[in-house]
Amino acid sequence: MSSAALLVILSVYLALLFFVAHWAEKKAKSKWTNNPYVYSLSLAVYCSAWTYYGSIGVAANSGLNYLPTYIGPIIIIPAWMVVLRKIIRISRVNKISSIADFISLRYGNSRFLGALVSLVCLFGILPYIALQLKAIAETFHVVTKTSLSSNFLNDTTTYVAIALALFASYYGTRYVDASEKRKGIVTAVAMESLLKLFFFLLVGMYVTFFVFDGFEDIYQKASVMKDFAQKNTIGGIPQAINWFLLCVVSLFAIFLLPRQFQMSVIENNRESHVKTAVWLFPLYLLLINIFVYPIAWGGNILFEGSNVNADTYSLLIPQLMGNKTITVLVFLGGFSAAISMIVVSCIGLSTMLSNNVLIPYGFLGTLTSGSPEQNTRRIVNIRKVGIFSLIILAYFIYRVVVLDYNLVSIGLVSFVVIAQLAPSFFGAITWRRGSRRGAITGIIAGFAVCTYTLLIPYATGASHIGSSFISDGLFGIALLKPFALFGLDYLTPIPHALFWSMFANIFVFMSVSVTFRGNYRERNYAEMFVDIDKYITMHESAFIWKGTAYTSDINKVLKRFLGEERTKRAMSIFHTKYGVDNNQDLADARLIKFAENLLTGHIGTASAKILIASVVKEEKITLPEVLKILEESHENIIINKKLTETSNELKAITGELKEANEKLIRKDKQKDEFLDTVTHELRTPITAIKAASEILHDDDDVPEEIRKQFLQNIISESDRLNRLIDKILDLEKFETGKQKINAAYNNLDHTIEKALEPLQQLIRNKGISIHQVQCGITDAFYDEDRIVQVITNLISNAIKFCPEQNGNIYITVNDDDTEITTIIKDNGKGINPEDIDTIFDKFYQSNNQNIKKPVGSGLGLAISRQIIEYHGGKIWAANSKEGGANLIFTLPKS
Amino acid sequence: MKKILIVDDEPNIVMSLEYTFKKNNFEVFIARDGQEALDLLKTESPDVIILDVMMPMVDGFATIEQIKKDDRLKDCKVIFLSAKNKESDIEKGLSLGADLYMTKPFSIKKLVEQVNGLVGL
Repeated sequence: MSSAALLVILSVYLALLFFVAHWAEKKAKSKWTNNPYVYSLSLAVYCSAWTYYGSIGVAANSGLNYLPTYIGPIIIIPAWMVVLRKIIRISRVNKISSIADFISLRYGNSRFLGALVSLVCLFGILPYIALQLKAIAETFHVVTKTSLSSNFLNDTTTYVAIALALFASYYGTRYVDASEKRKGIVTAVAMESLLKLFFFLLVGMYVTFFVFDGFEDIYQKASVMKDFAQKNTIGGIPQAINWFLLCVVSLFAIFLLPRQFQMSVIENNRESHVKTAVWLFPLYLLLINIFVYPIAWGGNILFEGSNVNADTYSLLIPQLMGNKTITVLVFLGGFSAAISMIVVSCIGLSTMLSNNVLIPYGFLGTLTSGSPEQNTRRIVNIRKVGIFSLIILAYFIYRVVVLDYNLVSIGLVSFVVIAQLAPSFFGAITWRRGSRRGAITGIIAGFAVCTYTLLIPYATGASHIGSSFISDGLFGIALLKPFALFGLDYLTPIPHALFWSMFANIFVFMSVSVTFRGNYRERNYAEMFVDIDKYITMHESAFIWKGTAYTSDINKVLKRFLGEERTKRAMSIFHTKYGVDNNQDLADARLIKFAENLLTGHIGTASAKILIASVVKEEKITLPEVLKILEESHENIIINKKLTETSNELKAITGELKEANEKLIRKDKQKDEFLDTVTHELRTPITAIKAASEILHDDDDVPEEIRKQFLQNIISESDRLNRLIDKILDLEKFETGKQKINAAYNNLDHTIEKALEPLQQLIRNKGISIHQVQCGITDAFYDEDRIVQVITNLISNAIKFCPEQNGNIYITVNDDDTEITTIIKDNGKGINPEDIDTIFDKFYQSNNQNIKKPVGSGLGLAISRQIIEYHGGKIWAANSKEGGANLIFTLPKS
Repeated sequence: MKKILIVDDEPNIVMSLEYTFKKNNFEVFIARDGQEALDLLKTESPDVIILDVMMPMVDGFATIEQIKKDDRLKDCKVIFLSAKNKESDIEKGLSLGADLYMTKPFSIKKLVEQVNGLVGL
């Protein structure tokens, strides 16, 4: 394949990357970018070109030794979940934006420690980035069958490096707050993880099943090769210790590598995503390793005797078979692996470089005098330039310092360097006594040992040439042999260096921490880190600070970095959170910690502390005092939390009581009104009966005809009384839920007919015409007796409303998908608009001291409402435009 | 012959009252609610009005207010006859200028005695 063609493919691929990042930034809130799978896949940034190419090289040359790098992380994953959660919580509440911030904040927010950690990372990672560039260059030449040109303008890697530098510095610094989430980068990396896995599996299957005849075939052909058996043993106890140490260094790496910390902690926007990562990430590691062995030994078989770099077997095999497509796809997969590592590492490193080295040691002075806009621009520019120069620096290391090591060995050196952070890092969240001095001296001691046993031999290329330094030790002292320090001669260089550097590091860290007590600030942060769960909600309260500070001074500092608007918003959040008065002149410890947090994302923990410290006057506190305050504040937090809970509960209960009380008052009033109405309703027929009977009793001369009329009145009023009692009991049954509804499928036309029957006499007497259209509904579901009662009530009302002459009543039924609506309309005067909402209430007539006679008995409509509501329908009244009232009810269909 | 106006929306009660007062030599007028009564009072000025409180359209309290505004009816006696028997209702009725407030159910004999007393028979 020609260079030009491959360049075109690369450019298209990079453009796609830019597009994905751009799209994800725009959709930062969508579930496409905010899901546990994107998070888990982004963690696979762990698998760099080292995994993609280097593992095959190791498997081909030294058998199983490539495995510990993956076994380590897989073993630690269950514990990783627990520890990672803690780290995520600590980082979230403290607005931590890098591992340097994390470690330095814990040890008393030490500026020096932050810078030290940053430099260790820089030292460990830069050569590693250079190696990724080298991998890109080498594989490019393999694919195009060209060789590395000495003119850097002809080197594709130059342009790739520049493109990456642009990409990373643009998308890596979108927000001035470095603890913000970079959705674009994360999504792009997740996509690349998917692609590199896919392409790797593709070439694996191709080699295993197309080039060879399955796993069995490869194994049989490989097992006859001369060094097969020797390469594929663990190698007894010493080798097992080697294995163990390699696993350890890899499991440290999963926590400590700046790119892992960046992806797993800083870019984590939901703790629950860790749950998915816990199975998906190991699964990813397993999948990407399945075909390493077949490809490696397939390569060994195919290229036996020829001098080719085993790292590039995955490209060479398809190339040998003439399959251009797979060759290019594999190249793209490796390219993805390399660039995601480069981009994420550079973002992490540049944040450290700016927030933990450049700003606290140099730029802070300039920043304190700038305007918010200037400061934002400056900080972002520092990081942009940082990312850019890191990539370019790595490029120079790759160009100038000729790296003739394979991918794995440099990768592992990098791991050992980074592992120097392990004691202070894990100590930070588990051991309260760990102190700043312990951490600093431990890291320096470990790094020194590591330099002696690994960096110097590697940097001088001594491990290859073999020199007296290696074979005889420094000054010819055998105990100081760099690869066999103090006579420890059965470990390979990497585990050997890890062992001694960790030994020195941990020993110094612990002994110094125990011997020299840390100051109160360290102890304070130790509490907050180790017991993060206690302080998570009110962590500013756990910060101990004594002295004088003015809110206005702190505000001024904040405004310089956040601007007017955001400062105001942040302060109001603070006031709400702690229930502090807005106009408090003096700032307390909580405000100081809160302000430091606000600045931390922008300029790092150390600078934030320095800035705030410059405007406040702090008094020294002794350690015992700190411990006492911590204990108190912890108790206070618990008490406060309980108080808040109790007060919230009380508030809720008060609210409920108030509501219940109002309901009772309403009910009570309703009950009074009910009794009022009922007694009135009962008295009326009794009055009529009494009057008529009194006349009949006292007056013997009543004419026969009138006598009969009076008796008739007595009978009908007695009936009325009886009906009234029935209604009251009915209503009571509905109210107390004792009423049963016997619903069945009914013919609505029949039901209306039944309802009209007893009213026919009255209708004829008043000369009213009933207009009814048969609706033809035969499958309405209701209790027929009850609905007859409702329709009778409504029609009786309509009859009462009708004018003396030409009374008309219209009965209409509308049938739609969900309900049946029945409308009973008259041509009377209509209902008083004031009463329209209340006529179905039980006792509506006494509202507003209204003493007008109600429509009907007042109870009939109330009962109708109960019946309809029991059926799940609605009932209401409305006046129609042309005059007259509509009484409407609905019955639901299901 | 004394004139009496009965204002009530309950036809059976009205019937008993009408029979009784006719028998006691009253000229009886009937209205089924306040509005009908006020219409009738434009042309007639009875000696006694028996007034129910709870009626459709215009209630008893509103009716007496109108009656009391009419100078022509100042000698007209008003008796409330109502099932509303709370003290507050009675007080309200009397304060509006009624001569008597009787609660339902009532004794016809007593009502006739009261009416006779009021008109000086």
